[in-house]
Amino acid sequence: MLKSFQIGGVHPAENKLSAQKAIEVLPLPKTVFIPVGQHIGAPAESIVQKGDQVKVGQLIAKSSGFVSANIHSSVSGKVTKVETGPDTSGYPKKGVYIDVEDDVWDEKIDRSPELNAEITLDATAILAKIQDAGIVGLGGATFPTHVKLVPPKGMKADVLLINGVECEPYLTSDHRMMLEHTEELIVGVQLLMKALNVNRAAIGIENNKRDAISKIIKTAYRHTNISVVPLKVKYPQGGEKQLIKAVTGREIASGALPISVGAVVTNIATTFAVYEAVQKNKPLFERVVTVTGKSLANPSNFKVRIGTSIGELINAAGGLPENCGKIINGGPMMGKAVTNTEIPVTKGTSGIVMMPETEAKRGETMPCIRCSRCVSVCPMGLEPFLLMTVSEKQIWDRAEYERVMDCIECGSCSYTCPANRPLLDYIRLGKGKVGALIRTRKN
Amino acid sequence: MNKLFTISPSPHIHSGDSVNKIMYGVILALAPAFAWSVMMFGLDSVRVTLVAVAACMVFELLIQKFILNVKPQIADGSAALTGVLLAFNVPASIPSWMLIVGALVAIGIAKMPYGGLGNNPFNPALVGRVFMLISFPVQMTSWPAIGTSGVDAVTTATPLAILKEGVKNGQPVVEIFKNLPTNMDLFLGNMSGSLGEISVAALLIGGIFMLVRKIITWHIPVSVLVSAVVFSGIFWLIDPAKNADPIFHLMTGGLILGAFFMATDMVTSPMNAKAQLIFGAGIGVLTILIRVWGAYPEGVSFAILIMNALVPLFNRFVKPKRFGEVKTQTIKG
Amino acid sequence: MSTIIIYTILTLSIIGVLSAIILYFVAQKFKVYEDPRIDLVEAALPGANCGGCGYAGCRAFADACVGKGELADLFCPVGGNETMSGVAGILGIEAIKKDPRVAVVRCNGTCEHRPKTNIFDGAMSCAVAASLYAGDTGCQYGCLGCGDCVTACDFDAIHMNPVTGLPEVDDEKCVACGACVKACPKTLIELRKKGPKDRKIFVSCRNMDKGGVARKSCSVACIGCSKCEKECKYDAITIANNLAYIDSDKCKLCRKCVSVCPTNAIIELNFPPRKITVSDETTAAPAKPVAKTTEQPTAEAKAESSEN
Repeated sequence: MLKSFQIGGVHPAENKLSAQKAIEVLPLPKTVFIPVGQHIGAPAESIVQKGDQVKVGQLIAKSSGFVSANIHSSVSGKVTKVETGPDTSGYPKKGVYIDVEDDVWDEKIDRSPELNAEITLDATAILAKIQDAGIVGLGGATFPTHVKLVPPKGMKADVLLINGVECEPYLTSDHRMMLEHTEELIVGVQLLMKALNVNRAAIGIENNKRDAISKIIKTAYRHTNISVVPLKVKYPQGGEKQLIKAVTGREIASGALPISVGAVVTNIATTFAVYEAVQKNKPLFERVVTVTGKSLANPSNFKVRIGTSIGELINAAGGLPENCGKIINGGPMMGKAVTNTEIPVTKGTSGIVMMPETEAKRGETMPCIRCSRCVSVCPMGLEPFLLMTVSEKQIWDRAEYERVMDCIECGSCSYTCPANRPLLDYIRLGKGKVGALIRTRKN
Repeated sequence: MNKLFTISPSPHIHSGDSVNKIMYGVILALAPAFAWSVMMFGLDSVRVTLVAVAACMVFELLIQKFILNVKPQIADGSAALTGVLLAFNVPASIPSWMLIVGALVAIGIAKMPYGGLGNNPFNPALVGRVFMLISFPVQMTSWPAIGTSGVDAVTTATPLAILKEGVKNGQPVVEIFKNLPTNMDLFLGNMSGSLGEISVAALLIGGIFMLVRKIITWHIPVSVLVSAVVFSGIFWLIDPAKNADPIFHLMTGGLILGAFFMATDMVTSPMNAKAQLIFGAGIGVLTILIRVWGAYPEGVSFAILIMNALVPLFNRFVKPKRFGEVKTQTIKG
Repeated sequence: MSTIIIYTILTLSIIGVLSAIILYFVAQKFKVYEDPRIDLVEAALPGANCGGCGYAGCRAFADACVGKGELADLFCPVGGNETMSGVAGILGIEAIKKDPRVAVVRCNGTCEHRPKTNIFDGAMSCAVAASLYAGDTGCQYGCLGCGDCVTACDFDAIHMNPVTGLPEVDDEKCVACGACVKACPKTLIELRKKGPKDRKIFVSCRNMDKGGVARKSCSVACIGCSKCEKECKYDAITIANNLAYIDSDKCKLCRKCVSVCPTNAIIELNFPPRKITVSDETTAAPAKPVAKTTEQPTAEAKAESSEN
């Protein structure tokens, strides 16, 4: 019996169309737009001006607080303007436009392809490198990694979990990374363990990636303190709380952080970025993005410079399909739909999924038939139908009492609702309102 | 921008399940029982089912169109399902006009006034059936003997009615059982009764179909049946001379039909597994209580309706197991 | 037979007397003193319980009126001055007169003026759409068209126009309770002074982008050109964040700004058709030089309408 979280969960069609496609390097774009706010927390402050010449890996925006992250140039060339540009939210966001000229890298970056497995730095130095490199959680949440690696006072981590679950349908970038960069990943895990001062790490991988599981087991056998945990294929197995529960059996109390049970979770792509930052001096300026869709000619995994427009990615994968009705930045369960293809790839872009018109629209909303499927699939043991009703009627105290803040927005309820009710739409609204109310109460 | 993309909040994919699929799935699951009833009662059962389904759908359509002034949602299959379930709960010899009255009560009183699909507190088919039972007691309790229909029909009593009558007259159960069908006959459906309740085998096929298709979960049927068996077993162990054995209780009357098709009605059952188990156990116990001590030989309908009334309480006070409920926490509200 | 009747009467009488005694003592014990004027004030209020006054309902408002002893911050928008003078009469204090107000939707981004850039397919709620993204057009400030204001209205006074996709206020029914103002996530709706014969002039735009950007997303967007500001003789128009705003308390409804606006972002409503000659209006303006300081909009407008 494979390990898994117990409550709820769904199993959407996996559609991992690009699982067998090796990671390709996307040709350099002509221009890039690098937003300064690519992470949770305060946006970075841009330190370049129009006309500045920049190199690949050069710092262009500086972290503006503890919960913030540095932004580096992903290309070499000339800064054309520092202005607002397109964003997934539709609201213009500030960023740096750069015209690409050549491909001149910062001298500090070690571009050799050889593995550097020798760990010479101590925990503080590793943390400093991670912070300098602007590494954030690359699974989509984009929480600055250096913040996560420093437990709050009085708390101590005792296990590091690496999230290789990739439970979102369609996405395959982490899967490919585990296959193609296995050794680097193991070094990355060791670096993170050293930074956290823990002596145990576990890599959780969904059982639909058998090749990755066996490859990592083969590579990591020398490291007895790193274990690989195959997990049942069930969404949202990769949710932080669900993963910790599945791998360690520990359950995070409502409202508490993972560190409260001694666990820190980072994702595969982040671990690889940590390896590159610490061992190769390479800041985070490129990432692997899955470009996929049922009617896309050539679903692929691309290594892309941050700031490249998603249109370039789509063209490289065979062009926008004729029947494309929706483009999703991220996976289909939690990603965000975008309005146009000029939106840049950011640190949090794990995939671009194109949905055909036939699947882009939701079905007709019917009255709730009280089938209780939303309750049975909710991985947090909540009652989505009730949360939706109280959020719609704006009964915020009841929403709080029914634990709306516990919702992890995984979307299992809306996915499964036979009446096509917009459960998560309203729950998210309620979560926002209740969160704001709680904050004002604290102040 | 020549092409407009669709924007919606996540998730962007859907299971493909729908209300229609659920409703028609349940109707399909009832097909074996219907086929059996046609074999037993002939064309009368076709007549009864068609009249009930048509009446329910027509009443729903008329109410939506002319009284509520909303877009008719007749195609969702819920009215048709109510019709089928109503038909399955009446004797095959019932006059059509009574059935139409029952359908009017089911749709016009038990369902639409509360706001239609999804809002009715009581199972509409059962409200219709109980209304008919109280209003037309003679017709509702004279069942045609199996294999007879139309004008030649011979009326007979159901096994449960024979048992009740016998116990009332002070006969020992062993004696009464001599006049009753064997367990095998009960299982297959070689007995008299309402249209759809007679064949345990056919209903089980439908029930298993629904479980496999994940239209229902196991919680309610299993808890109803287990509690009924356990509770009737206690009576039987105390005094086997006055009480029938649990197997008999399990296979007679509408217990299987009720457990799989009526108690599991989504609208009128609780919203989480824990509450569903309590709800089902309540139905099982109440059914046996009514059968043993009540005035009626059969109690499934009443048991389900009584438990339906408690569903809002279950929903308010029995909560699913929350993730992260490890520490004690303050309770308010 | 007669004993039965006697016993029945006796038992019932005893129960009655006992209950009366219990009730009397309970009522004495749990008596709460309440100012009788609260009931009177509540009776004088419209009883809509809309919350437009800022209190939970009419009873809470009445309580506040009696409790505070003055009506400085208290006003029932539904009942208006008439109701408030009634309330003041009950309390024996002076009422504060306020101009009647009416809700105005400040967006004219119809499908024609403001082309769609994407199709919204989430829950039909402005709040949901606003928390998700900027909106289904190029304008991030404009109406989302999901009708949260319509749902919020207790008085059936605001409705979506299916042709324009924008909400429209029924001035007759609107009581200026402000529910729609709170419901609109884009703060498009404003309570403005109710002009004579429901006449009003307002900038029907909230777009704070620079002129070019605004114009690109919507043909009737305010581009902040400040032509209207220069034209206005009463200091009623201010420009902030590339957006003009007409103060309805200062506006004299002279309609000059309407004609100078290059994008037709300023809207006049319920006015009689304009005369071709401009002379009337130009003469009307110097006819009220004192009007700048005094607050006599009604008289002014009456004069103007008679001229027209």
